[in-house]
Amino acid sequence: MMDNIYMPYLMKIEKVTYEAPGVKTFMLKFVNVEDQNNFSFKAGQFGEYSVYGAGESTFCIASSPTRKGYIECTFRQTGKVTTALSGCEEGSTIGFRGPYGNIFPIDEWKGKNILFIAGGIALPPMRCVIWNTLDLRDNFKDITIIYGARTVKDLVYKHELADWERRRDVKLITTVDPGGESPDWRGEIGFVPTIVEKAAPSSKNTIAVVCGPPVMIKYTFPVLAKLGFADDSIYTTLENRMKCGFGKCGRCNVGKVYVCKDGPVFTLAQLKQLPDEY
Amino acid sequence: MNIDKRLVRKDSLEKLFDILKQNSKTIFAPVSKNGKISFKAADNFSAIVTDFVQTTQSSKDLAFPRTEKILDFSKSKEGISVKPFDYHSIPEMVIWGIRPCDAMGIGELGAIFNWDTRDEIYDSRLSHTTVFAFSCNKADESCFCTSVGGNPGNTEGSDILFTQMGDNGDYLAEILTEKGTAVAALATDLFLKTENQEKEKYLADVPVKFDHKAISVKLEKFFGSEKWVEQSLRCIGCGACAYVCPTCACFDIQDESHGKNGSRVRCWDSCGFSLFTLHTSGHNPREVQSQRWRQRIMHKFSYMPERLSVYGCTGCGRCSRACPVDMNILEHLISIKEVSI
Repeated sequence: MMDNIYMPYLMKIEKVTYEAPGVKTFMLKFVNVEDQNNFSFKAGQFGEYSVYGAGESTFCIASSPTRKGYIECTFRQTGKVTTALSGCEEGSTIGFRGPYGNIFPIDEWKGKNILFIAGGIALPPMRCVIWNTLDLRDNFKDITIIYGARTVKDLVYKHELADWERRRDVKLITTVDPGGESPDWRGEIGFVPTIVEKAAPSSKNTIAVVCGPPVMIKYTFPVLAKLGFADDSIYTTLENRMKCGFGKCGRCNVGKVYVCKDGPVFTLAQLKQLPDEY
Repeated sequence: MNIDKRLVRKDSLEKLFDILKQNSKTIFAPVSKNGKISFKAADNFSAIVTDFVQTTQSSKDLAFPRTEKILDFSKSKEGISVKPFDYHSIPEMVIWGIRPCDAMGIGELGAIFNWDTRDEIYDSRLSHTTVFAFSCNKADESCFCTSVGGNPGNTEGSDILFTQMGDNGDYLAEILTEKGTAVAALATDLFLKTENQEKEKYLADVPVKFDHKAISVKLEKFFGSEKWVEQSLRCIGCGACAYVCPTCACFDIQDESHGKNGSRVRCWDSCGFSLFTLHTSGHNPREVQSQRWRQRIMHKFSYMPERLSVYGCTGCGRCSRACPVDMNILEHLISIKEVSI
């Protein structure tokens, strides 16, 4: 018998974590053990999360494939579906279908330094690959994370930021926009591109992964170029609106490239080949 | 398979219709209502209209309904139960009286639904469908099938193609597929042997206006052209072109619920709508109508040929006929052909 490709897995919300105003993380477990056993994914892939009665919404899987038995997603309450998701409590059942899309090629990054640069709610799609590299820590050289948000309150994964800060094998730089600091803020103050320039990480043998709002990305790329990063050593993940996840519904394409099939992970070299329509 | 060419007498069509009905086929055929012709389940032969160049709506919605269930869900104290749509329950149907351009569109839609992940809902609906196309003996100024690889007697996508020949109104029936053979076998007496197998002289004359392959080559370097703005200035983004198109497949997925029960549905959408690509942040990659018009043309004449090896246009001309502000796709394609880059 053929399978219905639009049919989600049933997922139980195992744990809800409040991250920031309007932002929550769900830890999800497969209701059917068989589904869990057959499921695998890689860093960078995404899925369609649904509340029955409200619809589906697209996010990257925020947990690492090295952590088995569950997946996590982090979302900000914004529209109809995320509002319905936000109203779900621990123990309730939601839908998930995936994984879709391509991956961060971390196997090719062995022996290199990794520089993560994220802004605001774009840390979740990067958290997957951060934990994936940290769980395989010996495979990589220096790991640096530069993360910024508008205000201290808006920083997500505060416990994990504290964890990364304590680790001796991770260099973490956090920043908030000017005016977004609190009296006890010990991190940097300034926009992400400025802080990257100030930190001046070496581009030698280094892969940069950049994820954030379009304006942050726009001003970060030139800084990286100045630091000597080649276009094919800079990675990002595009987040176009999508419905199906497998190249049929017609809305995520940038030129002839489907973000859901050919992406969401692209190098800057690949982005430069695309028309300016993302 | 070899094409089996047969003669079907003009007055045999009604008999064929009745035999199909007796074999519990649902027959969808062009029916006129309020001056618009669309494909409806026809209970009797006399309801079918034949005197038209093109139906107002394409037959697309029979294989790709405008709103289609994906799954049903119900909530109770015990939790949620979810049932996938049972595509085995789709009834056997015959699409009767579509034009060769619509029949060609079935394959183009199929390319979108199956280019990578197979969409078994579409495939299953199609596997339950037999296509009876009727060649065109007339055309109008919006028709341009011959410019996009089709022609008024094109057999592509049909199971049986009927061409009316000569003054007595008899038909040449070309039985093209196993499905066509199976249906014809229900009424073998009506499919007669014939020597007269040349249909060309009875077909409408549709002059070639451009070469679609040349358009594709040009479009590769045409993304930044100012032509898109010029062509789309009057476009109001109503999406009528997508809704009448036999190959437009863009869709949305939405939930409809009534109390504790509901369905997830796939429903038609259009790249012409301003909300189509709008991000929740407010960012919109296709912010203005010219970008959306460009997407429509590029998708059909550049992205689809490159990625799916088919064109997304059959030259049926419906979008030009339906457009409330007289955007004519044929004129626009010709002007793209003529502009030098």
